[in-house]
Amino acid sequence: MIVLPAGQAETSAKAQVTAPIRRPIEPVGRFFLSHATRTLRGHTWSEYEKIEAEKNVQQIETNEDEDLGDEEQSEDLLAHDPRDWKTADLYAVLGLSHLRWRATEDQIRRAHRKQVLKHHPDKKSASGGLDQDGFFKIIQKAFEVMLDSTKRLQFDSVDEGADVLPPTPKSKYDFFEAWAPVFESESRFSKKKPVPSLGTLESSKDEVDKFYSFWGKFDSWKTFEFKDEDVPDDTANRDHKRYIERKNVAARKKLKQEDNKRVIDLVERAYSEDPRIKMFKEAAKKEKEQKKWEREAGSRKAAEEAAAKKAAEEEAAKKAAEEAAASKVNSKKAKEAAKNAKKKQKRAIRGCGKDSDYFGDAGKSADIDADLDMIVDKLDDLQLASVAGKVADKSAAKAAIEEAVSELSGASKLDKSLLKYFN
Amino acid sequence: MSTIIGISFGNTSSSIAVADNEGKVEVIANPDGDRSIPSVLSYIGEDEYHGQQARAQLIRNSDNTIINFRDFIGKQFEEVNGELTKDGSKVVKTEDGKCGFKVKIDDKEEILSIGEVTKRHLKQLKLAAEDYIGKVVEGCVITVPTDFNDAQRQELTNLSNEIGLKVHQLINEPSAALLSYLTNNEEEYLKDQIFAVADFGGVRTDGAIVSVRGGIMTILTTLHDHSLGGDSFDSSLMEFFAKDFEKKFKVDPRKNKRSLAKLKNEAITVKKTLSNVQTSSVSIESLAEGFDYQSSINRLRYELTIRSTLAKTTSFVEKLIEKAKLLPSEINKVLLVGGSSNTPKLSSELSSIFPPSTEIISPALDSKALLPNELVCRGAALQAALIESFDEDEVKESLQPIVVNTQHLVNSIGIKSSEGKFIPILVNETAYPIKKSIEVTNGSSESVSIEFYEGKKIVKETILEPVKQVYSDGEEFSDDSDEEEEPEIIKEAVEECGTLLGSLSLKDLKPDSKLEIIINITQDGKLHLSSRELKIGSVATKVELSFK
Ligand SMILES: Nc1ncnc2c1ncn2[C@@H]1O[C@H](COP(=O)(O)OP(=O)(O)O)[C@@H](O)[C@H]1O
Ligand SMILES: [Mg+2]
Repeated sequence: MIVLPAGQAETSAKAQVTAPIRRPIEPVGRFFLSHATRTLRGHTWSEYEKIEAEKNVQQIETNEDEDLGDEEQSEDLLAHDPRDWKTADLYAVLGLSHLRWRATEDQIRRAHRKQVLKHHPDKKSASGGLDQDGFFKIIQKAFEVMLDSTKRLQFDSVDEGADVLPPTPKSKYDFFEAWAPVFESESRFSKKKPVPSLGTLESSKDEVDKFYSFWGKFDSWKTFEFKDEDVPDDTANRDHKRYIERKNVAARKKLKQEDNKRVIDLVERAYSEDPRIKMFKEAAKKEKEQKKWEREAGSRKAAEEAAAKKAAEEEAAKKAAEEAAASKVNSKKAKEAAKNAKKKQKRAIRGCGKDSDYFGDAGKSADIDADLDMIVDKLDDLQLASVAGKVADKSAAKAAIEEAVSELSGASKLDKSLLKYFN
Repeated sequence: MSTIIGISFGNTSSSIAVADNEGKVEVIANPDGDRSIPSVLSYIGEDEYHGQQARAQLIRNSDNTIINFRDFIGKQFEEVNGELTKDGSKVVKTEDGKCGFKVKIDDKEEILSIGEVTKRHLKQLKLAAEDYIGKVVEGCVITVPTDFNDAQRQELTNLSNEIGLKVHQLINEPSAALLSYLTNNEEEYLKDQIFAVADFGGVRTDGAIVSVRGGIMTILTTLHDHSLGGDSFDSSLMEFFAKDFEKKFKVDPRKNKRSLAKLKNEAITVKKTLSNVQTSSVSIESLAEGFDYQSSINRLRYELTIRSTLAKTTSFVEKLIEKAKLLPSEINKVLLVGGSSNTPKLSSELSSIFPPSTEIISPALDSKALLPNELVCRGAALQAALIESFDEDEVKESLQPIVVNTQHLVNSIGIKSSEGKFIPILVNETAYPIKKSIEVTNGSSESVSIEFYEGKKIVKETILEPVKQVYSDGEEFSDDSDEEEEPEIIKEAVEECGTLLGSLSLKDLKPDSKLEIIINITQDGKLHLSSRELKIGSVATKVELSFK
């Protein structure tokens, strides 16, 4: 590693950096696309434009508050069966689907007032609608739930409209961009606060470890009363009542377990995809190897010395014992043998057309030989041996060459269009 | 699989490819089985021929065969080099002063405008792609040479859009080639490197010096030679055959257009064969006055025949590097592109002007390298697959000048090591905003100084003893060995600490602590230099700088 010089330099800026040059970058590749996204999401526009944009945002925010609850409800929602009000999207009912659990009590009241004015049965029947108080009933129910903090928490627990789904596996996404909102959304259910955030690629190992250990032990206040089956409140049939109550408790427990499992799965998946975890594992592995290497340095050195000594002795003995010339001849022979084997394999492949009567295509013998010539030159040593082995069987020769050709052209080593027969 | 395809549209040949999300690319063969599809159209009767089938018509039906038209797109007739079309239908001036081609279709003389020709060619490519994919292809990414001007780019885009092949993006050929190399060699993508991309095509040669920093490519210089390419190799070989034929039969085969076309056809076949094997037969039926030409040629003979053109290819690359004010040793990799780069001798000759540290990427030197004539269309297909997941407006927005025109560092910025060496953190030509960090240590010192410098390039010279140039097959050329006797001077660029920009220090350190140094340049040109100990709770020290 690079070592810094000793010293106590003062913290100071000494000079300006040479003026940069503006140049176009090539708009290709995924790193360009990230650059474009980064640039377009903010930092580039001139200061003026930035201020303008900020002004706009503020304006929109105040305006938004003015038309709070002006959201239009969908046809489906308007026709929702009031007896089934629990399955309706209660925030959408109040025109608050963009705020949901973030809506303040004041916002809820104001939105409710608007809905009442808009959907009051009197008004509806005046404008010709008959029997239109179904949705109004749902509005009143929603208001009731939202103003009761316990009930509201119960509804928020099962408010699917507020869920941020994890990225679909196998799709392409940036880990942090895709997962941060998921954890952010999930963290509103945490009993413990503050909840650590996902962080960035630069987060330290400690931060990352803390994050996962927190989520591994995630303790959520989510409850599932909202999904309860209604308990009959007639006192006559107490057995039936108790039966429903027990069923509800069991169902809640099951839902809770399922939800815990869902969070665990989520965390596990994120962990397995987290690029930082991979980085840390690599780093740890390297460090371990380095330590091992250092630990063994002593014994290794001794062993090396012993080995070197032994080798030197042996070398001397060998020299004395053997004729240098003889050993030379030997090694030459081995090389020669390998070379001969290769030559032989090449010859076998080149000749395999002829040897197998040109696969019954004797008219094309010249093309076949020319192709074989070209193919042989493209094969590496391993392929040579394998193909030569295969063509020894004359009936399999053609198939073996075809297989080699498709392997070579698949690896872009051979331009198939140059072949005359095996193309 | 993507339904946006990548198209490389050359004067000589075109290729189409398609990629999937995982970056696997398929170069598409047309119904004739060609992956390198000649950019040629030919007319017989009422039928239109395309690709290799059209090119074959140059022998019998050259007047109705349109070749080498790509560079004419969006140009005035006076601006183009009509010589390029002398072997086929000659380019003519149309009423609007642009280019056109006179051909006979269904016995009627017609002038096809360059726009019409281009559309017909693109239509054929679209059909070939659809035939292969089995789905309608509606969009594409097309590559163009870096010297295609704005009018040409606009014109090509319009033409393609008109035939229902929407152009999502036009990209530069060298960048496409590089994208395909980097995607295929993922470990190289994030290294800071300088590439020389040399594209040896059919009738032109194009070069670009491209810096790659953090996966972002910037073209530093380009160079073009519109008289150098595979056609020059063909001509040398044709001349060699013609001389031989003349000697044997006392007949000059250069007098007749058809004989010349036959010579050219065989020259191309032989040339391509010799890129793969050591010898090739030569056989032309009835070359002139009824005489057949039969012969054979080996690679060494061929390489001698094309020596002067080979020398031009090498000096083209030398000029390219000079134009970028760089030394050969500053080029990390040379990426060989284009059909003519298949010539083995071309890469081996090129390697002689570079030190061993420069890697030349070509199949002749590395059997794992992608085919040079497929690099460009592969890159286009990769880009097509990348932008497919974005909507049109996002892609358009990302091509705005505000995104594309980016500030680049002129000098590297780095620190000084305890040995006084300059350690770059951000290298020159890095586009910003950017953030980068390195890990260092204090060694045994309790406190360290971190001094940030701009790098200063200096050129070191080493004198090498003469080495004899040996040719690939081990033989030595005897006739020019004299000039190699002189000692060679190797120039090498190194960076030293230049201007001191700022300093920081870290104190109270345990021996061998891990330290991190971070440089961050924001969009608005503020440099934040900081350093910290890599342990929990450590506080970073910081300095802020600005540009002149
Ligand atoms: N295997 C090969 N060996 C040598 N030259 C080749 C080979 N394949 C193609 N060529 C030559 O490459 C040139 C075409 O290159 P290409 O990159 O397709 O051209 P362009 O992009 O200019 O249309 C032609 O001259 C052709 O003969
Ligand atoms: Mg080209």
